Amino acid sequence: MKRHFQVKPKIGVFSFTSCEGCQLQILNLEDEFMTLIDYIEFVNFREAISEKGEDYEIAFVEGSITRESEIAELKNIRERAKILIALGTCSHLGGINVLKNFHPQDSWLPSVYGRKDLFTDTIRTKRIKDVVPVDLVIPGCPIDKGEFLRFVQALLLRIKPVLPNYPVCVECRTKGNVCLVEEGKWCLGSVTRAGCGAICPTYRDSCSGCRGLVSEPNIESLCNILMEKGLTKEDVRDKFNIFNGLETINI
Amino acid sequence: MSHDINIHHITRVEGHGNIVLNIREGRIEELRLEIVESPRFFEVMLIGRNIREAPHITSRICGICAISHTSASIKACEVVLGVNPPEDVVLLRKILMNAEALQSHILHIYLLVAPDLFGVESVIHLANSNPELVKRGLRLKKAANDISRVLVGRHVHPIGMTIGGFTRTPTRKDLDEVQRILEGAIPDMEETVKFFEEIRMPEFNRQAKYCSLQDKGEYALYDGLLYSKDAPPLMVQRYKEFISEGVVAYSTAKHVRSGDSPIMVGALARLNNNYANLSSQAKEAAERLGLSIPCTNPFMNNIAQVVESVHCIYDSLRLINLLGSNPPIPNPPLPPVIIGAGLPLLRSIATGRGGLPKIQPGEGVGVGVVEAPRGTLYHEYGVDDEGVILSANCIIPTAQNLLNIEKDIEAIVPMIIDLPKKDIERRLEMLVRAYDPCISCSTHFLEVKFVE
Repeated sequence: MKRHFQVKPKIGVFSFTSCEGCQLQILNLEDEFMTLIDYIEFVNFREAISEKGEDYEIAFVEGSITRESEIAELKNIRERAKILIALGTCSHLGGINVLKNFHPQDSWLPSVYGRKDLFTDTIRTKRIKDVVPVDLVIPGCPIDKGEFLRFVQALLLRIKPVLPNYPVCVECRTKGNVCLVEEGKWCLGSVTRAGCGAICPTYRDSCSGCRGLVSEPNIESLCNILMEKGLTKEDVRDKFNIFNGLETINI
Repeated sequence: MSHDINIHHITRVEGHGNIVLNIREGRIEELRLEIVESPRFFEVMLIGRNIREAPHITSRICGICAISHTSASIKACEVVLGVNPPEDVVLLRKILMNAEALQSHILHIYLLVAPDLFGVESVIHLANSNPELVKRGLRLKKAANDISRVLVGRHVHPIGMTIGGFTRTPTRKDLDEVQRILEGAIPDMEETVKFFEEIRMPEFNRQAKYCSLQDKGEYALYDGLLYSKDAPPLMVQRYKEFISEGVVAYSTAKHVRSGDSPIMVGALARLNNNYANLSSQAKEAAERLGLSIPCTNPFMNNIAQVVESVHCIYDSLRLINLLGSNPPIPNPPLPPVIIGAGLPLLRSIATGRGGLPKIQPGEGVGVGVVEAPRGTLYHEYGVDDEGVILSANCIIPTAQNLLNIEKDIEAIVPMIIDLPKKDIERRLEMLVRAYDPCISCSTHFLEVKFVE
């Protein structure tokens, strides 16, 4: 096989507060893994390798920031990496971790431990971009592994990878799916950024917006449709909160 | 002899963990398995949400055992809502549980443990030195993931699984494809067993209290009673009589015990408890691999994972056969999951659109328990009569193993104390890794001070 580059770019994969499923999606590239490691060098990828190299050029960062101590770690990664890529919804939008922000902070520890006098540096959930500049985003809960691969290909070719800026509905229609909203279910696909192949509606589950909003979402129209189906404005906001709790969405 | 051993961020495990070991004059002065992964507070996140959202949210506790979390959550919800899933749905869920155990075990055995066996740093090195081995592991992992993909869209956060059944009921064609995938995986699985026949695990025995589900006539992953030797099996609703969670003195980590005893959960515990119910092919593999019951060597947990992987393949073929040649019966139509908010929807469920009984006040508690790849997983939700979650508790396998891992380290250190520090470190890390700790999901219970 002929390589297009003499030097393999060095990659670090880092994980903050998350389920680590986005890292796993990289390991789930079973067909491509052997080729992938032929083109890039993982120097730091704790779920997969023991090495802890610090000379990476590209950092993929999974997870949200939910502890004081994570802030310095993230800044350190930012200083070392030429390109920092937010990997997955937790990192991109705060994701599911933001749900705790809707509860008073002094209720967190008692709910889990039954007491609150325990040491913790837990803070309200932040997105990666709330702490350091982010160069690129691979959205999704979890990330689409094909999209990860396209990003790596683009980076190898020194091209800026681009995300679709049309809604999940477009992909859903292409798949020939019956519209979930027509069936009486809620769905955020009309305002959510495509790129997932409308996988949730295809498996007949509502899109809950894990990839974030398109750049000009028609929230009002979606809201009206869902209200016709019986949801209140609070219900709609509640659905957005599953993954988009930190985003400004005027409902 | 004095050693301060600090293994910072044990690698090739899922999540962040440290071992702190301080040996002076040949004695252990200080020993801690620290979990430094961030707490997630899922129990808080769930409060105020509709119970029907719980599976979708709690799947996000762990990317590796997402199907187990979804299943435990669905089971707890079904108890609360009084839903009895049809037989076909249960069979399909069992196939999914097998697929997840297979994918998780193969990931662990090939990508995380195998490098230790060859004395190399990682799977990347192994890919250079033993490409065929790594390719075989990847093929098996892909097979397991493909089963989840066909049935529920993907493995990391399965889509189609829902209360009562599936949002998209798998078709007969899907099952044919799953059968092809399983049959195609048999030769690679056979090679895997052959490979591990040659591997000798370190000799180290320490009796533990093995805890797992146990089911009549079936190797329990999806359902069963809580079981440990010398005690009567318990219904899962009574899990608080089976295990207890407590805060330990040196950290704020919650640890799990049964009575006064640390417990071990996971593949080896299941094998010790339920060997008789393994498929014949898995029993044959166990014999070839020198795993005889009872087995008290925690390093053999890796071998137990190989045996279970064999079981998962053949058991899924059995389950497909049980599903018969007709397409699976779809779940009874449940009311559409339209609304998060409670009362109106729950009332509409209760008044019969989905034929569900009304929730009586005070009855709104549900416990769901499954065997995740790493051990017994508990979800418990309390809801009000509008279906809004008031309280939640999730007990994760790795949290249950932490005390036992510490006891193992205590027992093994005197045996290896004369080795160079680097070798002690490697052996301890290998011991911890044998448990396949899945730290990211266990740590919403754990909060530990950094000891630098």
